[in-house]
Amino acid sequence: MAHHDHIATHDAHEHGDGMGKKQIWQVFFVLLALTALEFLIALGFVHHWGILQKGALVNTIYIVLTLVKAYYIVAYFMHLKFEKSSFIVTCGIVFIFIIYFIVLMLVEGDYLLHHFQEHAIFPNK
Amino acid sequence: MSTTTVSQLDKVKDGPWSGGKSPWNLEYGKIMMWFFLVSDAFTFSAFLIYYGAQKFAQPTWIDADKIFQSVPGIAESGQPLVFVGIMTFILIMSSVTMVLAVEAGHRNSKQEVVKWMIWTILGGLLFVGCQAIEWSHLHHQGFWFGRNPATGLVDPDAIAAALEPYFTKDISYTAALQFSNLFFTITGFHGFHVSIGILLNIIILCMTLNNTFENRGTYLMVEKVGLYWHFVDLVWVFVFTFFYLI
Repeated sequence: MAHHDHIATHDAHEHGDGMGKKQIWQVFFVLLALTALEFLIALGFVHHWGILQKGALVNTIYIVLTLVKAYYIVAYFMHLKFEKSSFIVTCGIVFIFIIYFIVLMLVEGDYLLHHFQEHAIFPNK
Repeated sequence: MSTTTVSQLDKVKDGPWSGGKSPWNLEYGKIMMWFFLVSDAFTFSAFLIYYGAQKFAQPTWIDADKIFQSVPGIAESGQPLVFVGIMTFILIMSSVTMVLAVEAGHRNSKQEVVKWMIWTILGGLLFVGCQAIEWSHLHHQGFWFGRNPATGLVDPDAIAAALEPYFTKDISYTAALQFSNLFFTITGFHGFHVSIGILLNIIILCMTLNNTFENRGTYLMVEKVGLYWHFVDLVWVFVFTFFYLI
């Protein structure tokens, strides 16, 4: 129990220097700016002015911006950046499987698009 | 006298993983919260990846700009992204108030923790409220689990006419149905997480008011629930991108 308390208080102290009020608002404005940029692209460039077309390029930009936002939330708001590196690796490395799963399922979806639509049905005699 | 040389094996190990101390220097509950969130991230990933796989497998898909274009109480149509923009802002904002509560907890300032927790709970309730409006709007248009506006129609022209407002390219009954199922499942699962988060936040608020953390000497519980709350925000960032932007 004493040991547990030690970790708890130590934990609290160590993390106290991690995120000050100023830094919290900085991260907030980064998130706000990234979201505003997404809206500018979607509403401005694509919807109103027609400078960009919906498609691979715009989607890639959206996904990159989303991943940057996710990084800021996990690293700063969830404080993962300030944890021990072995803990960051432990929580992060499993997402290799998710990347593999994304590739797997999108390839599968594309296969179904091209091979399932005209799939012939033969009468069962 | 003989000089004793200590073999490599007999040396006392003092690395972070040699026992006797906490290698991650994190409290047990916090580690478990992280592991839970990692597993929860897997669930949400599976949902969103399936959404992507369906989209890749269909020759055409619903146009998000056409299906989500109302702002309740302001505009019935023609305003894509505005309402969901407000929802996104609310959730990011409540994430910020949550970190501010955690930050106040580090300073053992009960009053500030209470203040920021109340704002966080209000943000969560507002978000769930907006979600409910969005759901009922789509439901009125005819979308629901296993249903789209053309369900029950037989005439192909009538089906095409019923779904025409939601497509820019070719019209597909199956695509509209899959969109409907996945939208309600994924945003529903997310909304369920937000609701649970609000409940946890309320419990934490009550414990703060009861001086539980004050007596315990640490506001670590606020941090753990905060992790969950940020995760909910994180999931929304992805849901927003894949459902509303792409």
